[in-house]
Amino acid sequence: MSGVPALRASDPALPAAEAAAAQYVAVAIGGEEYGLPILRVREIRGWTPETPLPGVPPHVRGVVNLRGLIVPVFDLRRRFGAGATAPTPRHVVVVVQLGRRLHGLLVDGISDIVAVPEGAAQPPPAFDGLIESQFIEGLVQERERMIALLDVERLLSGEAASETP
Amino acid sequence: MDELERFKQTFFEECAELMAVAEAGLLRLAPGEAEAGELDAIFRAVHSIKGGGGAFGFAELVAFAHEFEAVLDRLRSGRLPPSRALADALLHALDILARLLAAAQHGGAGPPEAAIVAADLRTLLEGAAATAPASAPAAAPVAPAAATPAAQAAEGPGTYRIVFQPHIELLQRGNEPLYMLRALKTLGFAHVTCHADALPPLPELEAEHLHLAWTVELTTAAGLDEIRDIFEFVVDDCRLEIVRLDAPDAGSEFAETEFAETAFAEPPAAPPAVAAKPQPPARPAPAAEDGARASAGAAAGGQTIRVDLDRIDRLVNLVGEMVITQAMVAEQGAALPPDAAPQLRAGLEELARHTRALQESVMAIRAQAVRSVFSRMPRLVREVAAETGKEVQLVMSGESTEVDKTVVETLVDPLTHMIRNSIDHGLEPPDEREALGKPRVGTVHLSAQHRSGRILIELADDGRGIDRPRVLRKARERGLVPEGAALSDEEVDNLIFLPGFSTADTVSAISGRGVGMDVVRRNVQGLGGRIVVASTPGEGTRFVLSLPLTLAVMDGMVVRVGDQRFVLPITHVVESLRPRPGDLRGLVNQCDMVMARGEYVRLVYLDQLLGVRDAAGDPGRGLVVLVETDEGDRLALAVDEVLGQSQVVIKSLEANFRRIDGVSAATILGDGRVALILDIAGIHEMGRGGARGTGRRPAGAAEARP
Repeated sequence: MSGVPALRASDPALPAAEAAAAQYVAVAIGGEEYGLPILRVREIRGWTPETPLPGVPPHVRGVVNLRGLIVPVFDLRRRFGAGATAPTPRHVVVVVQLGRRLHGLLVDGISDIVAVPEGAAQPPPAFDGLIESQFIEGLVQERERMIALLDVERLLSGEAASETP
Repeated sequence: MDELERFKQTFFEECAELMAVAEAGLLRLAPGEAEAGELDAIFRAVHSIKGGGGAFGFAELVAFAHEFEAVLDRLRSGRLPPSRALADALLHALDILARLLAAAQHGGAGPPEAAIVAADLRTLLEGAAATAPASAPAAAPVAPAAATPAAQAAEGPGTYRIVFQPHIELLQRGNEPLYMLRALKTLGFAHVTCHADALPPLPELEAEHLHLAWTVELTTAAGLDEIRDIFEFVVDDCRLEIVRLDAPDAGSEFAETEFAETAFAEPPAAPPAVAAKPQPPARPAPAAEDGARASAGAAAGGQTIRVDLDRIDRLVNLVGEMVITQAMVAEQGAALPPDAAPQLRAGLEELARHTRALQESVMAIRAQAVRSVFSRMPRLVREVAAETGKEVQLVMSGESTEVDKTVVETLVDPLTHMIRNSIDHGLEPPDEREALGKPRVGTVHLSAQHRSGRILIELADDGRGIDRPRVLRKARERGLVPEGAALSDEEVDNLIFLPGFSTADTVSAISGRGVGMDVVRRNVQGLGGRIVVASTPGEGTRFVLSLPLTLAVMDGMVVRVGDQRFVLPITHVVESLRPRPGDLRGLVNQCDMVMARGEYVRLVYLDQLLGVRDAAGDPGRGLVVLVETDEGDRLALAVDEVLGQSQVVIKSLEANFRRIDGVSAATILGDGRVALILDIAGIHEMGRGGARGTGRRPAGAAEARP
């Protein structure tokens, strides 16, 4: 929790949602920005060391104790094939809830919360050979920046079910 | 007989629960807040008590519950308008029911008011059926002094005409009209006429259908209620008309009303319960009620209480958190200089002891005898034996062995499957057994016992044993075993747990259900358990299931490997030792055997197996922990350091992630960090091939061994 203010989706301080606009938490990985649907975000916490797991893919950093629950932490940078993150306490883990399962996503930091009006996102162009393109559901332009909106379901759907290859 | 007692016990426990439901509902009924669902719940509760009571032959209880139920039925169908007086009457009836239950349980006599209250209820019913609803409650409280002339006239001998026209399915409900007619005869002089006009021609006659009706003219000194009592159990299944012939204005309806009044006019019929009735706001007869509740309480309090499982789960979780906190505090305390704060240290020790005692007590609440699962098996055995044409006797022992409720529940499926398998595949047909010089009747032995903090469940049959050549041939055919691989007998036996394995040449209806032994094993492993099979050709097969007693906490040894800590289940730890260089033996560049207690044991490097960095990697400098699987296989784990022993709370990895080979679960240590609990048998299997990650076949779903 060190250094990063706790932020929850239910926080009243969040900007009020515009009608028919979906809100996204914009996270930074290197120079890129990605949007995570805010309704999926359970909480945002500072990075703490994980306990590594044997026999898992390299982007699975390990598990952490989230108030008594064992939650896996995934290195998004690594998942997108861009090398491993060397985390510091200034890094951030976004806890995302899918169904009843919680997943931690390690990112460099939180940059913004953006409202994306319906239909404002462009379909992603086909990036050939880019791992991350399969997880992107749209692109939005926000004050000269481009944010890639992530399809969290697709990103995480394989993690729980599949056995180690 | 013993069995019956247990069922009775369960029935009374359930009754206590049902009574609570009914009472809560009725209390809400009084202020007029009850909803239809509520009434249904009350009705069902009383109905269940009646049903169960009937099964055990508690006639008085059943008769009363029947009246009660009838009123409730009218009420919920809207034919009887709810009112304060009605609610009070029903509450009173509930108290009587509680006392009848207590009487049934402890063998005493029922409360004398039961008959009166029953009559009271009937009055409510008839009031609803005949007259304006509002008058129904008013009709109930009739003091003896106010008995009408008609009621007085009803006393003394009289002649009744009883028309008894059973519904066609009366016999199928287990009733016998003959008994009722005989009972009528005991009351006085009866002239019975049988009406057989509805009888169909013989070819169409169904033996279990009743087409007869009777008219009885009975001259008796008995009252209408005594006559009615005879038909108590069949009133729903027949048309019954009882008319007093010598009374003025004789008529069915009138007779009923008269009957109710008669009941109140009976000599002992002036207990305070009745007298108290007309005061609507007061709950009727508080004294009687308290008595009822006290006796019901005594009945329940002595042995068991039923508690919502959620509450216990919450308690278990809280204790789990407390164990973690206690470990954390203890860790801080241990860091103090030895002579600092002696009182704090003493307090911490005390805390550790109490925490453990508390945790054990809480776990004991959840403990349940395996009997609840075992008791389902005789029936299964009978069914499967009948389906397969085999003769089987089931011998069970250790049914009272206790284990956590969650473990008990998850035992049902594996056991069911294993027993089906044992009978279907294991046991020979009777003739074949006879030819082999075995008794015709095969024996399946199911037992449970505690051993070193686990429960062992054993299922043994005296059948033909596993046909190893055939198993091996099948496994080779399916590519589960490489050609030319030499397997030990034990390894061959354990092939049946592989996915996609089937020994039955023809898939039978019994065990060919798409769930195989691989699924059984996976379920068992999911519980942190193991299953092994041992077989002797011609003599039988024995499965041993080993499960943890609880899925919530365990005692663990915390070890350090490199920069990581792991927890070894203490029940598997034999000892830890620091090997001398001469104790280590190796083949290639690495020592893979260690001499421990006079035998060479395979050495497993946890850092390599689990991919840990920065480990010493040298058992000569580190330590070796000798562990033993449930099957008795020993192996030596090379670790850097033993950090101590502590009680750990078992946390699921699967809840948010998935199963990991060699890891049974995770836990949270005193510093809040997660540590993995190692699965010794899994490590044993993984380490078999020498390198990490081998020796384990994918545990994906597949067609199964039937």
